[in-house]
Amino acid sequence: MGAWFADNGLLLGLALLDGLASAALIFLVAVGLNLVFGVLRVLNIAHGSLFAIGAYTAAGLGAALGSGALPAWAALGVLILAAALVGAVLGPLIERLLLRRIYAEENVLQLLVTFALFMMLEDVQKLVWGVQPVHHDAAMRLFGTFDVPFGSDFIPFTAYQLFVLPGIAVLVLVGLVWFLRSTLSGRMIVAVTTDREAATAIGINADRVYLLTFTAGAVLAALGGALASPTAAIVPGVGASTIVLSFAVVATAGLGRIEGAALTALMIGLGRSVAVYFFPEAEVLIPYLIMVAVLLVKPQGLFGTLETRRI
Amino acid sequence: MTHRREALLALLFALAVLAAAFAAPWLRFVLTLALAKGIAALGVMLLLRAGQVSFGHAMFVAFAAYAVAFLAGRVGDALLLLPLAMLLTSLLGLVIGLFVARYREIFFGMLNLALSMVFYSLLEKFYSITHGTDGMRVPAVTWAGMATERVGGEWAVLVAALVLAIGFALLARLYLASPLGEALQGIKTREARLEFMGLPPRRVLLVAYVLSAAMAGTAGALIALTTRHVTPLMGYWTASGELVFIVILGGAGGVLGPFLGAVAYELVRVYAAASVADAWQLILGAVLLAVILFARGGLFSLLRGRRA
Amino acid sequence: MKPILQAQGLRLAFGGVKAADGIDLDVGEGEFLAIIGPNGAGKTTFINMCTGWLKPQAGRILWRGQDIAGLPPRRITAKGIARSFQLPQLFTEHTVLRNLALAIAAREGAFSLLRPLLRPGWTEEAMEIMRGFGLEFLADTRADALNEGSRKLADIAMAVALKPRLLLMDEPTSGVAASEKLGIVETLARVLRETGVSAVFVEHDMEVVSRFADRVAVWSQGRIVANGPPQAVLADPDVRREVIGIEDAHAAP
Repeated sequence: MGAWFADNGLLLGLALLDGLASAALIFLVAVGLNLVFGVLRVLNIAHGSLFAIGAYTAAGLGAALGSGALPAWAALGVLILAAALVGAVLGPLIERLLLRRIYAEENVLQLLVTFALFMMLEDVQKLVWGVQPVHHDAAMRLFGTFDVPFGSDFIPFTAYQLFVLPGIAVLVLVGLVWFLRSTLSGRMIVAVTTDREAATAIGINADRVYLLTFTAGAVLAALGGALASPTAAIVPGVGASTIVLSFAVVATAGLGRIEGAALTALMIGLGRSVAVYFFPEAEVLIPYLIMVAVLLVKPQGLFGTLETRRI
Repeated sequence: MTHRREALLALLFALAVLAAAFAAPWLRFVLTLALAKGIAALGVMLLLRAGQVSFGHAMFVAFAAYAVAFLAGRVGDALLLLPLAMLLTSLLGLVIGLFVARYREIFFGMLNLALSMVFYSLLEKFYSITHGTDGMRVPAVTWAGMATERVGGEWAVLVAALVLAIGFALLARLYLASPLGEALQGIKTREARLEFMGLPPRRVLLVAYVLSAAMAGTAGALIALTTRHVTPLMGYWTASGELVFIVILGGAGGVLGPFLGAVAYELVRVYAAASVADAWQLILGAVLLAVILFARGGLFSLLRGRRA
Repeated sequence: MKPILQAQGLRLAFGGVKAADGIDLDVGEGEFLAIIGPNGAGKTTFINMCTGWLKPQAGRILWRGQDIAGLPPRRITAKGIARSFQLPQLFTEHTVLRNLALAIAAREGAFSLLRPLLRPGWTEEAMEIMRGFGLEFLADTRADALNEGSRKLADIAMAVALKPRLLLMDEPTSGVAASEKLGIVETLARVLRETGVSAVFVEHDMEVVSRFADRVAVWSQGRIVANGPPQAVLADPDVRREVIGIEDAHAAP
């Protein structure tokens, strides 16, 4: 063990730091998916596409503004602006035009509708941004690197991944929990989640709550994409892998659970990045192995409660 | 539809396929692919009877295709390869089915999607075995011991596909009228009742799942024998979406629906896909939405399992 | 009467609500036992425990001397216990005939993939059962097109088609028009007496109870507060006041 650690300790440290950053991104997307499901009871398969569109928009906006129009310190703001833009435009559009028609339908139809939307949005990306990898890392360069003390050594790591990503994820988590527990809008969302009919009966406008929630979910997906864009090139197909990954997180945590999603994202993010360094072939397998293992033992997910079917 | 009318329609369909293949040699390839996808879509339709949609069935298609690519060198005869690939895929279907048959609706659909994405990534990553995205060539095979030159070979696969399509359509028809087939709809409408009748819904769904895997496997083997080249893309989510699309498109025609849908789909794809390659999924998605939102009749008659 | 089913010390609470708080209850061979009591007292919970839908937190459910508490529903069904539901659980997209044929198929455990559900023997048996319930003219009607009374009967007919030794019925006449109630129960009693099956039914209509039950158990707040022949139990002023909610004229408040 000691010998192994001497040889591989640095790698392990790197893997853990990487894992933290990727967990932060996974969390942002998964929590949006979970929030939307909890309120609308619709699993939005196109959620991953919103992540991708957020990433492309952020990279595009960054490149457009980066040619001297804006000071360097605005790079992070540009990412967040891009996410807000994508969510605020596409969110209401999708909810009003599409989802609203299918709330009363069978589950299988709802799935087919969001799957169809997913098919469409995947091609929209190719039409708008082409198929070449897109990369714009101004935000990452802005924050420079930070030397993480590691035994007698230092691991130089980008401050963006080390502080900014986890920081924003924690802010979102705390903000979301606070919003749902302590604000009027948040409590209305919780009320509609618990019992739509009762909530409507006491005068809550469920339509508005649905719109608000879906838009928030879309912003979170796009934010995940926008914040991910400086760390890696965006390639076609990222939407598909994002939706299955965030579904894995949500399923492992238990549908509808917010704090659970954070812990699970951390677990899956770390597991995956450790695999990247030590068993690269297994990287894609790790999240799903975790998910399958959890589901076999606890079908309702780690933090989910068993719903007894009423008869 | 009465038995006789459906049988007549099936016969006409088979004759039309043969006539078209005879008149236009280049259509043989397209029609073989269409029949194969029709078989796979038929399996997806069985699951839809139970109110479940799989977004990952291309995994079984790709699995069988790679099985053929690996085994063709050792087992050189198509008449052995086809049942072998089908059997192996059924076994995979059994293992995965034991897991996914515990879940319904969202979980069922998404777990199938997730597993298929994992399988796709494995095909891509294990380059030393699968040659990654380059894919693998399928060696030439014999048919009942007879080496066939190119033209004869095309006919052989087409006829095999046609025979298998008819066979599976018949099997599906009998199955859907059998107790376990009728119970599928029960999973959608009153799963708890099945439980209290002593008929575990998981097993009912598992039977359908293994059948659907066998059908997807047969399709994959046929596609591998036709295209002679297999790639991970055969198992990508877009291929699974294609199968779902074909089922919805072919909707109302009972067990013939998937085949009519598949032929229509393949013919359009051959003409249109090249010119709109980057927008193909966009068009499919839009048509799918239109069918679901505005052509309810067609879709619902499938989902509701209307009977004549 | 020899007991066929014996519940001993059953306990089950949901949160703080005790649905069963030490229940001891026997059902005799061929006996019709009515369970009455206020809503939310735990009557349905008893049926759910006896059929494997819920597992009691303590106690035993002896079926011919063997503990079946906690077994899954299908295992309990296989032992000869069937149930019907307060809200009819029919396969809504199937015809009444197919609903019954599916129950017969499940009972027979015959699952050839190639032989049709509607095979001669089963179709005849299903028609026979439907005739018993007066449903034969609805054989080809889809279950979701039935009226409430027929739905209720079809639901019970499916349980009967399983040829159980014990039939548990959850409010067989709830939701049925008052004018149809006695007719339904008469039909039911005739069918059940013919087959010699024991029956437990949860019921709110006291006329139905007094006419058809051999014995009545009164369930209140998770306990059995009275148990005996209908005349005696229904005449008990405490039962009348607290459980049935009837004030006797002479018992001034």
